[in-house]
Amino acid sequence: MSKEQEHGMTVIVKTVTRLTVGLIFLYGIYIILHGHLTPGGGFAGGVIIALSFINLDLAFGGSVSSKIFSKGSTGLVEALGAVMFLALALIGLQYGGFFVNFLHPDGEPGQLLSAGIIPLENIAISLKVGAGLFGIFLTLIVLQKFESEKK
Amino acid sequence: MTIESIVPLFVAIPLAGAFLITLLKRIKGIPDTLGVLASASAFALSIMFVLKMEMGQRVICNVGNWGGFQEVLGRIVGIQLVVDGFTVFMLVTVNLIAFLVAVYSMSYMTRYTEKWQFYSLFLLMLAGMNGVLITGDMFNLFVFVEIASLASYALVAFGTGKKELEASFKYAVMGGVASLLILMGVIFLYSNTGTLNMEDMTRILGSSENPVLIYLVFALFLAGFGLKAAIFPFHAWLPDAHPSAPAPISAMLSGVLIKALGVYTLVRVFYCVFGFPEKVSSIFMTLGALSMIIAVILALKQWDMKRLLAYHSISQIGYIILGFGIGSPLGILGGLLHLFNHSIFKSLLFLDAGSLEYATGTRNLKEMGGLSKRMPVTSWTTLAASMSIAGVPPFAGFWSKLIIILACIQMGLWFYAIIAVLASILTLASFMKVTRYAFLGEIRNKLRNILEVPAPMLIPMIILAIICIIGGVLLIPGVRQGFLGLAVEALSRARGV
Repeated sequence: MSKEQEHGMTVIVKTVTRLTVGLIFLYGIYIILHGHLTPGGGFAGGVIIALSFINLDLAFGGSVSSKIFSKGSTGLVEALGAVMFLALALIGLQYGGFFVNFLHPDGEPGQLLSAGIIPLENIAISLKVGAGLFGIFLTLIVLQKFESEKK
Repeated sequence: MTIESIVPLFVAIPLAGAFLITLLKRIKGIPDTLGVLASASAFALSIMFVLKMEMGQRVICNVGNWGGFQEVLGRIVGIQLVVDGFTVFMLVTVNLIAFLVAVYSMSYMTRYTEKWQFYSLFLLMLAGMNGVLITGDMFNLFVFVEIASLASYALVAFGTGKKELEASFKYAVMGGVASLLILMGVIFLYSNTGTLNMEDMTRILGSSENPVLIYLVFALFLAGFGLKAAIFPFHAWLPDAHPSAPAPISAMLSGVLIKALGVYTLVRVFYCVFGFPEKVSSIFMTLGALSMIIAVILALKQWDMKRLLAYHSISQIGYIILGFGIGSPLGILGGLLHLFNHSIFKSLLFLDAGSLEYATGTRNLKEMGGLSKRMPVTSWTTLAASMSIAGVPPFAGFWSKLIIILACIQMGLWFYAIIAVLASILTLASFMKVTRYAFLGEIRNKLRNILEVPAPMLIPMIILAIICIIGGVLLIPGVRQGFLGLAVEALSRARGV
């Protein structure tokens, strides 16, 4: 592998990535927050957010995104998402049952702020999925570096 | 707090424990404490359930309160968690072993790095198993089977050595095939009945003539759950996977995982959903008898202690399947009691094997010898478990085997009764070998200075050994009604006996 390639791809790819990566990230957030209104939701949005970080790595080389979001913190965020999801389900026990929507049980069609705990659970899922997927990606990168060093 | 709202906690507590461990892994002592606390509270809850349950009672919890649609649509929407006598019986078995194994792991797992990962995966596996037991929904069953299986693949590979990774890969491939078969079965059932709820399915399948497709579903479930249970033609992964895991996990896998994911699901699906037709009954009995005799013959020539125990797991699962296959209330009682006893003595044997490995550094029986003086507690507990698994009176294993053999004779199945006796004799022979080579005879020079293992490992072993010795108590009429009787009643009623 030549030295140039180690620091990422060509200027074209880098420029396009620089322009789009913020948009991809925002789009992920949009998908998560509108999870109860439009197709998509926590899982899809989480994957999109993870992809925006992975995009950075692909364009600029291996260690850019891990400076923003380290492997240790992916584990923490992932666990936080799971605990949040479970906590929301357990709070429902106080209001009559497991996973009961205690904030806004009836909802209004088409309204963003009307679904009670569903958007909150979408956020929890997105944290879990996004951080989990990105953590797996970082682990694979570490493994690949390790393998190429051995050669 | 009503009894319904306790039901989801069997999944929620281990899950919360698992994720809190990953959050708080930096704090010293947190993984052990949370691991033991979570499994202990799940065990306490299951005991509470046994005390509160009455004969024939079913506790139903509608997740997300979706139960209200039942009146409007005429069918159940959303996931139901159902606890009946059989579930409670299994919950006690699984959580008892999990709690004792968690205590044992506090010392044992100090030999490995990243203890928090171990406890986190362990609790995930427990959550999956408890989920399989409490769910009343076909697809939900598949999801929980997957959670428990995925956690167990990772745990088998926990040592990350060459052998562990190979075993884990083999296990993951076989487990993946099994999951696929189960999923296909669920899909066909759903397309046939239009519902995923087990109770609805039973009603719909019972009210109409069974279509031919149902036999395909039988085959898919038999192969899928049979792979998870490791009964005879589907057993090849088990002798690799179970010995490769760390000893506490071997105890969990052999002791309860194959039962919760395999035997329980087989029985639940074929008894409660399909009403246990005659054809399936004879398949159960044949496969059970084949597992019993073939696995025990294979076990005779093993020298790796954990591998030998793994082969015996297949053989003992055969007894359980035979008991359930007979299908009479006596057969069900025998199957259930043997299921409970096998979780106790097989976990104990694996924990003993772990202690031997911890102290001597080897699993090969030929390299041990004369250890009874240096490790008295391990020696005595192994003896108790060996006698129990071989069916020597008055140990617990004797009673369950006796009941299964009696049930065979009661139904006129002399051939199966003879095979059961023969397999029991061969089991005794193989455990004589373990005792002879590991504990009796002259001690080797390099083993002269070994010490007995620390107390957190000894206490669970002693508790399990005591249950092995006094397990027959469960058959005393007053006790039987409160624990085994609940499960026998639930299954007999499902079968319409």
